[in-house]
Amino acid sequence: MTNARHGGCHSLTFVPRLQDAVPTWAMPGVLAMTAVLAMVCGAPPALAEAPARVVSMNLCTDQLAMLLAAPGQLVSVSVLASDPLSSSMVDQAAAYPANRGGAEEVFLMRPDLVLAGTYTALGSVDLLRRLGVRVVQVPPVTSLDQVPEQILIVGQALGREDAARKLAADFAAGLAALAVDLPPATAALYYPNGYTTGDGTLANDVLAHTGFSNVGATAGLTGGGILPLERLVMARPQVVVTSVPYPGASRSEEILDHPALAKVREKAGISASSDADWVCGTPHILRAVAGMKAAREALE
Amino acid sequence: MKPVLPALALLVAALFAASLLIGPAGLGLGDSLRALFRGDGDAVVLVMREIRLPRAILGLLAGAVLGLSGAAMQGYLRNPLAEPGLIGVSSSAALGAVLALQTGLAAALPLALPLSALTGAGLSVLLILLLAGPRGGALALILAGIALSALTSALTSLVLNLSPNPFAAMEIVYWMMGSLADRSMTHVWLAAPFMAAGMAALLTLGRGLDALTLGEDAAQSLGVNLPRLRLTLILGTAASVGAAVAVAGAVGFVGLVVPHLLRPLVGARPSRLLPASALGGAAMLLAADIATRLVAPDQDLKLGVLTALVGAPFFLHLIWRMRRVEA
Amino acid sequence: MTLLSLENLTIRRGACPVVDDVSLTIGAGEFIGLLGPNGAGKTSLLRGALGLLPGTGHSSLAALPPLARAKAAAFLPQGREIAWPVSVEVLVALGRSPHGTADPADPAVTRALVRMGLTSFRDRSATALSGGEQARVLIARALAQETPLLLADEPVAGLDPEAQIRTMQVFADLAAEGRGVVASIHDLGLAARHCSRLILMHRGRLVADGPPRAVLTDETLAEVFGIRGFHAETEDGPVFQPMGLVR
Repeated sequence: MTNARHGGCHSLTFVPRLQDAVPTWAMPGVLAMTAVLAMVCGAPPALAEAPARVVSMNLCTDQLAMLLAAPGQLVSVSVLASDPLSSSMVDQAAAYPANRGGAEEVFLMRPDLVLAGTYTALGSVDLLRRLGVRVVQVPPVTSLDQVPEQILIVGQALGREDAARKLAADFAAGLAALAVDLPPATAALYYPNGYTTGDGTLANDVLAHTGFSNVGATAGLTGGGILPLERLVMARPQVVVTSVPYPGASRSEEILDHPALAKVREKAGISASSDADWVCGTPHILRAVAGMKAAREALE
Repeated sequence: MKPVLPALALLVAALFAASLLIGPAGLGLGDSLRALFRGDGDAVVLVMREIRLPRAILGLLAGAVLGLSGAAMQGYLRNPLAEPGLIGVSSSAALGAVLALQTGLAAALPLALPLSALTGAGLSVLLILLLAGPRGGALALILAGIALSALTSALTSLVLNLSPNPFAAMEIVYWMMGSLADRSMTHVWLAAPFMAAGMAALLTLGRGLDALTLGEDAAQSLGVNLPRLRLTLILGTAASVGAAVAVAGAVGFVGLVVPHLLRPLVGARPSRLLPASALGGAAMLLAADIATRLVAPDQDLKLGVLTALVGAPFFLHLIWRMRRVEA
Repeated sequence: MTLLSLENLTIRRGACPVVDDVSLTIGAGEFIGLLGPNGAGKTSLLRGALGLLPGTGHSSLAALPPLARAKAAAFLPQGREIAWPVSVEVLVALGRSPHGTADPADPAVTRALVRMGLTSFRDRSATALSGGEQARVLIARALAQETPLLLADEPVAGLDPEAQIRTMQVFADLAAEGRGVVASIHDLGLAARHCSRLILMHRGRLVADGPPRAVLTDETLAEVFGIRGFHAETEDGPVFQPMGLVR
């Protein structure tokens, strides 16, 4: 299994330990079926009555639900929502009991709606459905344009359409305000084990929106994949965006301290790190867009 | 005598050059050499000097270490099955390295990484010599080795599983199988002095190991200082294998296959087998590392996968032969 | 000239002395047969004399540093170990290693091979030889060391009659050349015929030491081995043949 920590919900793979709660990166084109999926997966279409007990099992639905839910409506979010390296809403998440995504654990919370990602622990999701729980699976977001759609899907599931429409509109306005009108500079997204993300990923779209061409995409990668360090060096990126290391040591992350990479970054003079804001298609992604806009403008 | 050492040295030189010239970036030969020796071309220089050179150097050194320590342990134990990987020395070194990394010791003091791996390797050699010394025979050696490997591998996996870093748990395979991907000159500087010192110590053992062909009593009566030989073996193996594992993971079977292949070419003399196995080990590891880049360039195929594919059938063949001899 | 002197050498295995207060000296020109039943302490005496077993008392050889000892005395252990398939000449040349390099071209290697009648085996692989041939190769290795003293633990066990007699003659020749040989041996007839002096051990103690006829008396034979034997002096030298049990 390849893995990287950040770079858009869909490209967020990895980590077997956390797998249950994390969406894996999606095939491109999944999003095109968003509405269909939400209907098909989401059992009976939105009822007149809003669900009263909602459990979220996915980092990205966690954050959207926290932004949209009525007071008392959200019962639990996934443990990842409290991980500062993955979640932009650690403080808010502290107010909710955490779940690890096990069917038994979630069922005992007596939810009348479960929010999950398309690739969230499918075994648990199936089991919950068989137990009669309504589950709405939300596909990962692969471009900034899809964020408002995503907000509306979750808002509809929660019966909070008004709040969702307002949040989506704010997002669209925020994104428009961050537009960059500069010729593309080169940037590379580099994660542990030499993982990078190419075309059809949220991180790629962040770069595209802020006046960068993504070295991973130029190298021909679609979705996520390994970009050998020597090819990264030869691509001479002007900015290298790397992830923030986890506590404890790992050989996978050592590549981010490689002297060759350090020299590339030294030459660029600007380095950026992709943090929790890059992970999900939520309004927090605007902070990542703003950061890259600043990086791009600093290059001029 | 056949010119075994010059031939092996040529092979190692050729493979070292190939290791420098083969890589995913697909650089031209002229560009590569100009960058390596003259420092022409910024990105190419980085690729050659900071990525490929350390990888080739570590492949050379780690291979030499594994071949040499295998030949030395076989000579001392008079047992062709003795091999740092099989008898748990490498996995003990890996445990030492993982402990240094996960306790944060290695981050605070870089030297702690090779030193801790060295300690793990040293303790395991000591334990193996106690449990299955020269009189223990092949069975005792293999049983002790299996027990030690299983225990240290389990402890390594436990430490990695308990790590707060989610990547660490996925690196169990790396520590069991080894890889030279993404190594840097930092790793070379950290490990090379220990590997060089350990190999220098092991290379002095030739006369004593030759005499041990006749057994311990005869060797001692030939003036061999057995306690000192044993200490040199333990320290030399610990330093060299420990440092190699600390930066490249535990690559198995090199120390088994290489001495076995080369023994007939050097007239079975342990003293001549030592340098030959060092060169042969370097050649085997460089070749395996080149193969990982050719077979699956984007997958970080583990070195131990390839050496085991070659080594495990050899091991079975050896056991088959021993079975026939003992029957 | 004294080649080895032991004073009150005692070696214990646990609480039990396997060599009990043995004192003796061995001089140049002697070919000594070390006799005694199984477990009498012959091997322990030889190893203790070389310092390979820890003990109390004094041994002139054990007191030497390892390399000096290797130049003073060669040792042929009882266990005939050849760990690797090296050639015969390489194996025999190991005897030269205390003198510098173990070079198969060393003339001492050829001399040893000639003495043991092994010149035609020179390039054969040592482990491919028969057990008796291996034993002769190992004797040649000890000879190649060319030390003043040779200690051999059961050198003729398992050899064919021709090789047994040849080996005993080689040892007698060495003694005649002014060197010393101590060989533990179970064949009392061979010992009586070829050795210049016999040392008899029983339960770790030295019980008799002297010329063959003085050691192989009816009393010591009955006491130590529980056998009786036949003695004769012939034109070819002394003959001894064990005849039967006394108990």
